[in-house]
Amino acid sequence: MNAEILGIIFMFLVTVAIGIPLGRYMARVYAGEKTILDFLAPIERFFYRISGIDPTKEMNWKESMLAMLTINLVWYVLCFILLVVQQWLPMNPDKNPNMLPDQAFNTAISFLVNCDLQHYSGESAATYFTQLAVMMFLMFVSAGTGLAAAAILMNALKLRTTTQLGNFYDYFLKSCTRVLLPLSIVLAVVLMLNGMPMTFHGKDTITTLQGDTVQVSRGPVAAFVPIKHIGTNGGGFYGANSTHPLENPSYLTNFILMVSQCILPFAIVFALGFYLKKHKFPWMVFGVMTIGFLCLVIPTVISEVQGNSAIIKMGIDNSSGAMEGKEVRFGAPASGYWAIMTTVISTGSVNCMHDSTMPLSGMNEMWAMMVNCFYGGKGVGFLNFYIFIIIAVFMSGLMVGRTPEFHGKKIEAKEMKIASIVALWHPLLILAFAAIACFVYVHYPVRYAYWLNNPGYHGFSEMLYEYTSSSANNGSGFEGLGDTPSKFWNVTCGFVLIFGRYLPIIGQIAIAGSLAGKKFIPESAGTLKTDTVTFGVMVFAVIVIIAALSFFPALSLGPIAEHFSMNTNSIIR
Amino acid sequence: MKKYILPSIMLSVVSMLVFVVLYTLIVWGIGYFVAPNHGDGEVVTVNGKVVGYKLVGQSFTQAKYFNGRPSATAPVYNASASGGSNKGPSNPDYLKGVQAAIDTFMVHNPTIKKEDVPVELVTMSGSGLDPDISPKAALVQIPRIAGVRHLSEDKITALVNKHIEKPFLGPAHINVLLLNVDLDKLQ
Repeated sequence: MNAEILGIIFMFLVTVAIGIPLGRYMARVYAGEKTILDFLAPIERFFYRISGIDPTKEMNWKESMLAMLTINLVWYVLCFILLVVQQWLPMNPDKNPNMLPDQAFNTAISFLVNCDLQHYSGESAATYFTQLAVMMFLMFVSAGTGLAAAAILMNALKLRTTTQLGNFYDYFLKSCTRVLLPLSIVLAVVLMLNGMPMTFHGKDTITTLQGDTVQVSRGPVAAFVPIKHIGTNGGGFYGANSTHPLENPSYLTNFILMVSQCILPFAIVFALGFYLKKHKFPWMVFGVMTIGFLCLVIPTVISEVQGNSAIIKMGIDNSSGAMEGKEVRFGAPASGYWAIMTTVISTGSVNCMHDSTMPLSGMNEMWAMMVNCFYGGKGVGFLNFYIFIIIAVFMSGLMVGRTPEFHGKKIEAKEMKIASIVALWHPLLILAFAAIACFVYVHYPVRYAYWLNNPGYHGFSEMLYEYTSSSANNGSGFEGLGDTPSKFWNVTCGFVLIFGRYLPIIGQIAIAGSLAGKKFIPESAGTLKTDTVTFGVMVFAVIVIIAALSFFPALSLGPIAEHFSMNTNSIIR
Repeated sequence: MKKYILPSIMLSVVSMLVFVVLYTLIVWGIGYFVAPNHGDGEVVTVNGKVVGYKLVGQSFTQAKYFNGRPSATAPVYNASASGGSNKGPSNPDYLKGVQAAIDTFMVHNPTIKKEDVPVELVTMSGSGLDPDISPKAALVQIPRIAGVRHLSEDKITALVNKHIEKPFLGPAHINVLLLNVDLDKLQ
């Protein structure tokens, strides 16, 4: 077990070691400087010529957002149509049927917003064509969209006064061609060397050693999985996601996939420092994020290694930890680590079933998504963190009696209003929709009681988790929730996904755009320093007060109540 | 918005060509040469006949084989519908099921003490297709298999030890299918 703990520490260090140089590279890409992949420029020019885009024409923040929303709408319409007619399209060796409209709505939205919440199983409800042309396509472009938004923010933070913040299409395309595509190809090769299938053949029927007849689903998995992790998307090729042995064949691939899903969220923080030539600032941000991450991951790994107290009482050998929903080749420590990493960075791929993790682990998984800015998804994680920086700057300014300034720009009422709305929007979505689901569940038990796979507090956690995952655009789930055939969940989650993605991004970019246009005030002795430990503590406090505590009552009803009911029976009863 | 629509559509079309068609062909082309079995998945054969995929667990319920972990798919180890039980840790029905699995194991392996039954043998994997068991989970089954097959326990223990895989910093595990294929050869 100690070696396995070393294993997860090693995973973290490798990620940081790759993240820093990758961040330097990305800063150069977005600044338009020379990079090693400049030979791709003709391909990009081909893109622009065909689509009639002038990549050198700069946009203000409103034009960028309009361009983003338009192209997202185009992708949505295209992908929705492909999903509802998939049965008649080529590359469907397993003869899977068309998706129903409510399911296609949920699926197209979910992949479009980089969430990849899945109310279907890839083996039986998607074809190879839609897996590639819908799911995989959206995984590339939604990750590109998030990175483009981060690039606009970086541009806006430059020390000058302007309304022109680069070209959205240029940032988007370069994110895809210069970052996502090359990383995905390299990763695909490594994964195939480790046994991941890449085939267009359908199910294979075999007779097992014991004489049973079994059908084995295969498919173009090795093309799908790299971008699933590089782009922090997380939608599984198979229903069981990264627990499936063909989607995550060994401890080594688990290690590689874990690292590959964290490198971009880490890199974007460092990219900011290289881009703005401010080398202390990213370490403040990264430090706050890492402390938050450690607060979540350490108790989770401990509770998974300890195992289920109810099973310990049965008197068997529990030294492997909590093994329900886990795979032997990964073990409990690496599964607990993955459970938190995938929820803090909004990937949402799972290498163990979160529904079966211990109550406090489930709480930490939810908390990671509720805070949604410890690392965060590529691009948007830092955008969320930016909101908390704005609030922290404002509050610190009030506390010490200085004008709140960030990077030489005054923060005024308009920015604070937007920041407050964005910060409170996430709790509102999660808690309001969870309340509606509970209401429907209680008042229409005959029609809806099949929802829950588990009774009591844990059942409540299943519903709360689903909306948390939707609003945070995460995509993992307490998969016992009977959401697969349910119109209610398809439609409500679909709307939470839309609201949870676009309103925050627009708000964040609006603040950035508004600040960029303001008069630049050079740093003086009176300026609040934002790259110090003191300010880091302040940001952390703001995050805890706003993001974490607003959810505490709801969490008390779910995982916390479950934990105490399991472990201190004598006190409760 | 209007002036953004046409560029968006054209950009989407080219993106589709590059990120879906071109990228997939590149990966598939490389995979044909580097992935096992040209990318079709590595198979295990006995006397020239395919008996399974190396990575995909299969159901072993007979007493003469090393049994794998319980599976939540329907039917068990259904490799075209993966998934876990998704039972919460405090679910009373689930806990009854675990107790029943322990009791069943004790009936089939009467020489084993209860405190030696490893938890992974009575809990279901996340995929329902876990190809592996831990070395402990193999060792507790040796007396039963030795009895059924009339082999010495030492011989089987040696075979089990030969099959232990220990990845760098990862947990030790044994591929059940490969172990059972070699077990059949012991006769």
